[in-house]
Amino acid sequence: MNFSSINWKRAAMQPGIPVLLLILVALAPLYGSGYIVTLFTYFILYMVLSVSWTIFSGSTGYISLASAAFYGVGIYAAAMFGERMPFIFVILIGGIASFILAFIVGAITLRLRGIYFAMFTFGLVVLMKEVIHYWEITIEGTRGHFVIYQSNETIFYYLLGIFIVTMIVAYIIRKSRYGLALASIGENEEAAGHTGINVTMVKVITFAISAVFMGAAGAVMATKFTYIDPGVAFNPMMSFSPALMAIFGGMGSIYGPVVGAVFFSYLQEWLMTGSLKNYYMLIFGAILVLTIIYLPSGITGLIQNLWRRIRGARSAPTRG
Amino acid sequence: MHLLEGEKVTKYFGGLAAVSEVDFYVDEGEILGLIGPNGAGKTTLFNLISAALEPKPGVIKFRDEQINGLRPYKICRLGIARTFQTVKIFGNLPVIENVRVGSLFGPLKGLSTAEATKVALELLEFVGLSKVAYTPARDMTLVNQKRLEVARALATKPTLLLLDELMAGLNQTELLDTMELVKQIQKKGITIIMIEHVMKAIMGICDRIIVLHHGKKIADGTPEEVANSKKVIEVYLGEASDAGS
Repeated sequence: MNFSSINWKRAAMQPGIPVLLLILVALAPLYGSGYIVTLFTYFILYMVLSVSWTIFSGSTGYISLASAAFYGVGIYAAAMFGERMPFIFVILIGGIASFILAFIVGAITLRLRGIYFAMFTFGLVVLMKEVIHYWEITIEGTRGHFVIYQSNETIFYYLLGIFIVTMIVAYIIRKSRYGLALASIGENEEAAGHTGINVTMVKVITFAISAVFMGAAGAVMATKFTYIDPGVAFNPMMSFSPALMAIFGGMGSIYGPVVGAVFFSYLQEWLMTGSLKNYYMLIFGAILVLTIIYLPSGITGLIQNLWRRIRGARSAPTRG
Repeated sequence: MHLLEGEKVTKYFGGLAAVSEVDFYVDEGEILGLIGPNGAGKTTLFNLISAALEPKPGVIKFRDEQINGLRPYKICRLGIARTFQTVKIFGNLPVIENVRVGSLFGPLKGLSTAEATKVALELLEFVGLSKVAYTPARDMTLVNQKRLEVARALATKPTLLLLDELMAGLNQTELLDTMELVKQIQKKGITIIMIEHVMKAIMGICDRIIVLHHGKKIADGTPEEVANSKKVIEVYLGEASDAGS
């Protein structure tokens, strides 16, 4: 862990294999079937959600279950503005609206710790759903909205773009002095405050930044659904999944949430289309329990440990 | 002008006055000792100065400016740093990163990352932790964790340093080393307030001592005056034969 000194040369060389994979994925619409493109779209969606979830929750240890609220705000941004504006602006609005919501919610709730913060953030999802539902029924006299259609390829590439930006931002935050501040808040918030860190500000801003990508992803995905209502937009699973994926993948490395997202979205796809359909949630839960008990640093943590053991003790983990 | 001054500083926890109308001051360059039985309000007073708590009522002034009501990070940037009775290090971060947090965020004018690393290494040398700079902080012994807290606090470039039971739980050699460390810090021109139960340390290095009992100040003076005060002997030090042991 070497904060606040980005070695750009190393940063450019290091992700050789991931960049190759990224290019392979990016070319999917050229060689893959429509099914592959859709499958990859969901992979990337969950990658965006779990990486951005990790930006805030991974380092500070505040478990946020508000992801679905920010994602849903993005979806509704697309429903409201999709017909009037170019797609890219709609995505920006989705991101900015989520940023503002997260900023306000963060400023109010980030003094809560542990389970109380998790509960409140989850309450936000339910609240958003009910308020918009009420608004639609009583004021607009409708239920749900239509969203302007975009082709599968467009959705795929916009989402891929959001993913790349998310990864770059997550990397920069992790390596910067800002990342060091977040890590020290996660380690001991009180000491961090007495060491000159404006704890509240750092937490609220990071929470809001992580929400931007969720909102942007929501705005893109909405065009895939074509019709949305509060139940679709504020689906609680979109809060739980990113957290579970990040925990499973491991939050010690930037690739952990990515690995977790791919694994779980593929598992979901495989189980939901096969004969094990009814057991999906059961298996999901069992894997999570086993991960927390036996792999507290996730799959990537396990791989890193094995790798160190193979390479011997010369490069001790403390020097990393 | 005193460096730090408190007027009728009071803090209630429910109906209990943890700190009650305490007047105190510390002058630049002094080492002020803060002693008293357990529960006397010593750590609460530290929490009030470092803004973990807010006095109600009461005023705390730093260089004649009122500082109560500010947030902890502001207090730190003004130049008041502290350590904790129960160590609060960033356990999973390497030792050097613990100190770099201080040098990056603590001073009023932030350092560049390269300067911060340099300062951190110098301070680790100063407290004698150079060899373990890249070890996760949680893997160190208690003495070293306490020294790390001192280095982290010094990294914020304080004019006033609050040390909360730095000497507790140390063996004889470690105690002497730590007393020497505190004197070295004073030589850097840093004013110190220290809470301590180890009388040898307190009597040996403090210029002045304040005694608290049930949240009230019962004595304030040089080590000799305090050691001979009837009231202090009665509530805290015990018979003369026990004092200084």
